[in-house]
Amino acid sequence: MSNKEQFLVKAEPYYQAQGREVALFEAAYHARLPVMLKGPTGCGKSRFVEYMAWKLGKPLITVACNEDMTASDLVGRYLLDANGTRWLDGPLTTAARMGAVCYLDEIVEARQDTTVVIHPLTDHRRVLPLDKKGELIEAHPDFQLVISYNPGYQSLMKDLKQSTKQRFTAFDFDYPEAALETQIVATETGLEPVTAGKLVKIAQTARNLKGHGLDEGISTRLVVYAATLIRRGVAPRDACRMAMVRPITDDADIRATLDHAIDATFDATPA
Amino acid sequence: MATGYRPVTDARQRQMLHPQVQGWWLALDCGFAPVADVFEECLYEALTTFTKPQMEAWIEAARFIGKLGRGPEPLLAFLEEWPSVVAAAGGDQESLLPPVMSAIRAMQKSPNSKAITPFLQTLAAVARRLPSADQLRAYIDIALDLMARTSGSIHGHHTTFPSPGLPEFFRQAPRLLGLLATAGLRNWTEYGIRNYARHPERQEEYFRLESADSRAVLQRERHGTLFADVERQLELTLRALWRDSDLLVPYSTAFDELRQPMPYYDKLGMRVPDVFDDAHGHNGIVSGIDRYRAVLAHMVGHRRWSTPQIADNWSPFQRMAVEFFEDCRVETLLIREFPGLRRIFLTLHPKPLADACDPETTSCLRHRLAMLSRAFLDPGHGYADPVLLEFERSFRELLAAGESGTGEIATLALSYVARTRRQSDQFAKVHFDATVVDYRDDNRQLWKFIEQGDEEAAFDEARRREPVEAQQGLPPRHYPEWDYQSQTYRPDWVSLYEALHPSGNAADIDRLLAKHAALAKRLKRLLDLLKPQEKVRIRYQEEGSDLDLDIAIGSLIDFKSGVTPDSRINMSHRTDGRDINVLLLLDLSESLNQKVAGSGNTSGQTILELSQEAVSLLAWAIDCLGDSCAIAGFHSNTRHDVRYQHIKGFSERWDDTVKARLAAMEAGWSTRMGAALRHAGHYLAARPADKKILLLLTDGEPADIDVDEPGHLRADARKAVEELAAKGVTTFCLSLDLRADDYVRDIFGKRWRVLDRIERLPETLPSLYMELTR
Repeated sequence: MSNKEQFLVKAEPYYQAQGREVALFEAAYHARLPVMLKGPTGCGKSRFVEYMAWKLGKPLITVACNEDMTASDLVGRYLLDANGTRWLDGPLTTAARMGAVCYLDEIVEARQDTTVVIHPLTDHRRVLPLDKKGELIEAHPDFQLVISYNPGYQSLMKDLKQSTKQRFTAFDFDYPEAALETQIVATETGLEPVTAGKLVKIAQTARNLKGHGLDEGISTRLVVYAATLIRRGVAPRDACRMAMVRPITDDADIRATLDHAIDATFDATPA
Repeated sequence: MATGYRPVTDARQRQMLHPQVQGWWLALDCGFAPVADVFEECLYEALTTFTKPQMEAWIEAARFIGKLGRGPEPLLAFLEEWPSVVAAAGGDQESLLPPVMSAIRAMQKSPNSKAITPFLQTLAAVARRLPSADQLRAYIDIALDLMARTSGSIHGHHTTFPSPGLPEFFRQAPRLLGLLATAGLRNWTEYGIRNYARHPERQEEYFRLESADSRAVLQRERHGTLFADVERQLELTLRALWRDSDLLVPYSTAFDELRQPMPYYDKLGMRVPDVFDDAHGHNGIVSGIDRYRAVLAHMVGHRRWSTPQIADNWSPFQRMAVEFFEDCRVETLLIREFPGLRRIFLTLHPKPLADACDPETTSCLRHRLAMLSRAFLDPGHGYADPVLLEFERSFRELLAAGESGTGEIATLALSYVARTRRQSDQFAKVHFDATVVDYRDDNRQLWKFIEQGDEEAAFDEARRREPVEAQQGLPPRHYPEWDYQSQTYRPDWVSLYEALHPSGNAADIDRLLAKHAALAKRLKRLLDLLKPQEKVRIRYQEEGSDLDLDIAIGSLIDFKSGVTPDSRINMSHRTDGRDINVLLLLDLSESLNQKVAGSGNTSGQTILELSQEAVSLLAWAIDCLGDSCAIAGFHSNTRHDVRYQHIKGFSERWDDTVKARLAAMEAGWSTRMGAALRHAGHYLAARPADKKILLLLTDGEPADIDVDEPGHLRADARKAVEELAAKGVTTFCLSLDLRADDYVRDIFGKRWRVLDRIERLPETLPSLYMELTR
């Protein structure tokens, strides 16, 4: 297929391994086992998939799931046409036909009936029935399904069913430890490591508050944003407030606490 | 006689030493011997600050005060205090004297002349805290207002009883003004006047700062950063920056003037002061919240890096030195972690002058250690003492390598004490100025003593076992009450006791339900209609999960016949669930025992019995619908005893235990609505539901026997309803009082209904609920 090209990852994405996840993922891919990535938002799950797709040289189709997403958004639907109706493949069907890595991001956001659609693709059958069209698609040998989800959500409603969970191999992702995260931020943005380390330190203070007024701490992604702003010449305190504190909370007390953490990390007095 | 001092019976004849003084003395025209004794000294002090016309005005005023007929005390107070009052206001006697004199005249004319002496006695102390004439005038206005509104009158004609609170107010004024700004003082006074105007003993107690609410209001009005306002922020700081958490316990700083307590921590929690004013250091201002953060950071430092030392063999001086050294060590490590703390620490840390202490006369150890501590933290300290510099160097070397340790730093501290020891360190006169670092804790955790005390005969302590009293029910919860006149809350005004409702016979309720079987059947039909249907189809969607065939075909026909087709050919689904929590709050006051008067009522039922039937039916209906429901009743007997009786909890099933409690419902006492609403609301607010409804069933307006002002409880109830609305709880009132229209709108806004025919209550209540939640 000609449009296979457009799904290929062209340049090598920057990804810093935290452990043995690259080798493990490759092993899973070679056995065509479905993979589940768990971890808080902005810790590098999507980047990891992108990197792996590049490394394996396979096309990558990413679907960001939302709560209004239905099974037909994944599988495909009939559209009206001058000659009647026309079938249009959904992203999952496309990936299964083409032999791409299909990445369903934040799968718990989708409605529960949606997640059931992927079941036949994830076990030994590796098929996708299109019941509306009366077609049974055999997945391409290169096809692999990857989903990600964030177990940190407080809501009881947003959890995967056991029957879904038990079809995947899984990786636990978390924010990298300070030195590694500093290196990631520095490499990604070109910021000098001392300041990058301070940003990571502030992010860690916020992560300590998880469950005490914050649903999620400051993610690596936000740290990278802050670092990018600093590289553009924004004063570090302002950059931190704008990129790391204001986005994550509306709670005045938490904001004051994190602002204090920023002031305490960047010393204004001449030593 | 050469001394110029002769015992003369009439003090007017007394000879002063200096002829000029003699002139003033004659002008004063005063016959009190105690005044004559001190007059000369007072005058010398005044002469240094006053100009001639000021002197004349002063003596003239003093002469007036001497002739009030209140004995020598007011005059003595005035002569002694006035020069420093004027000095505090910057020498501006002209604008100070008239308001003070008119206040004295006003007190003299009313029965409050006894208050003149305390007024004058504390005036200088007050003036020091209110350095401008305007502020002092505001203070006098507050006092006069207090006087006017608390002096008693008979038949409204004459003021005859003196104000009980006024003298106390003057006595407490310096302390009050140490804690409050004038606006706060006005609010505090206002509260006392309003609540205790007709209660002389309580009023006195209030203004003497002895009653609990007096202290509570004072606490609320204090200037500075109140612990209560920032408690959560501090807990978050502790957790975020230091990955530590502990109970934060405030201690009062308002009532302990002589010995200010220090922060400390033990296994029960971290103790911090209840308020911090902004601190003005030599290189900037540190806000109250930052002072709290510094205190916490310092304690965290000790918790992290300090190990207790055995101190039996160390002298108090040695211990003090070790404390200073160890404090500096943990602060250095803290700054290493968060460099921004340096600014806060350095601003708060005193900077003692190198030559402030004279070692010949005073014990200077504290001073030396404070300088050293400054030097450890502040590289730009600028001290030149060679020993200090040497120890600063060794301190930095010790810490350059790593964290060092308490033991290591203690060795350095001991060698410092040995090097700098002076005989004068033993002196009783200790130099304290600029040596107190107020964010540091008292280091009680730093010491371990092997022996209990110095006494040889330290036998095992006799252990006494206190008899443990059996707890009767839950401890009371305190709720504030809204005072609409001042637009403030009365703190912790109402005590609410929650208890499980006693049980009766569950079969009674089943019998009631059986009696209304026909009604129940009718309700059941309605309920089935209301029952949530999980999926609802939404048609005519541009995008959806499925194609809606009927419409799609229609569109296709349009399309083929050349008409613009409707593109909304999909349909989707929506889940339609009910997520409702309802709390039914029953007014169980005495009036429920009345018989229902209505024409249709032949059985002679009381309102209580009818409510019982209605509530049973409603509870049954809600149970059918599957909504979560709780039931509670309340009544009150003054603000000290509001009873909140638990009948059914949200998670309890509609079964015999609940029915039994409902069967035992009894009525008595009065209706203090606000506290019950707040308590019920706090349960509802904690529920994770979409809709939270508080349904109040009452037969009258809020009232209680200790409140004679009809509007007060009404305003409080309205405030409680507003509070609940803010928490996402909808309050609805069903009133059985036919005259309720007058007040129920005031309290509940639009959410209320008055039931005209009480005998139809069992029918109305469930259908009302269904209407509300449809």
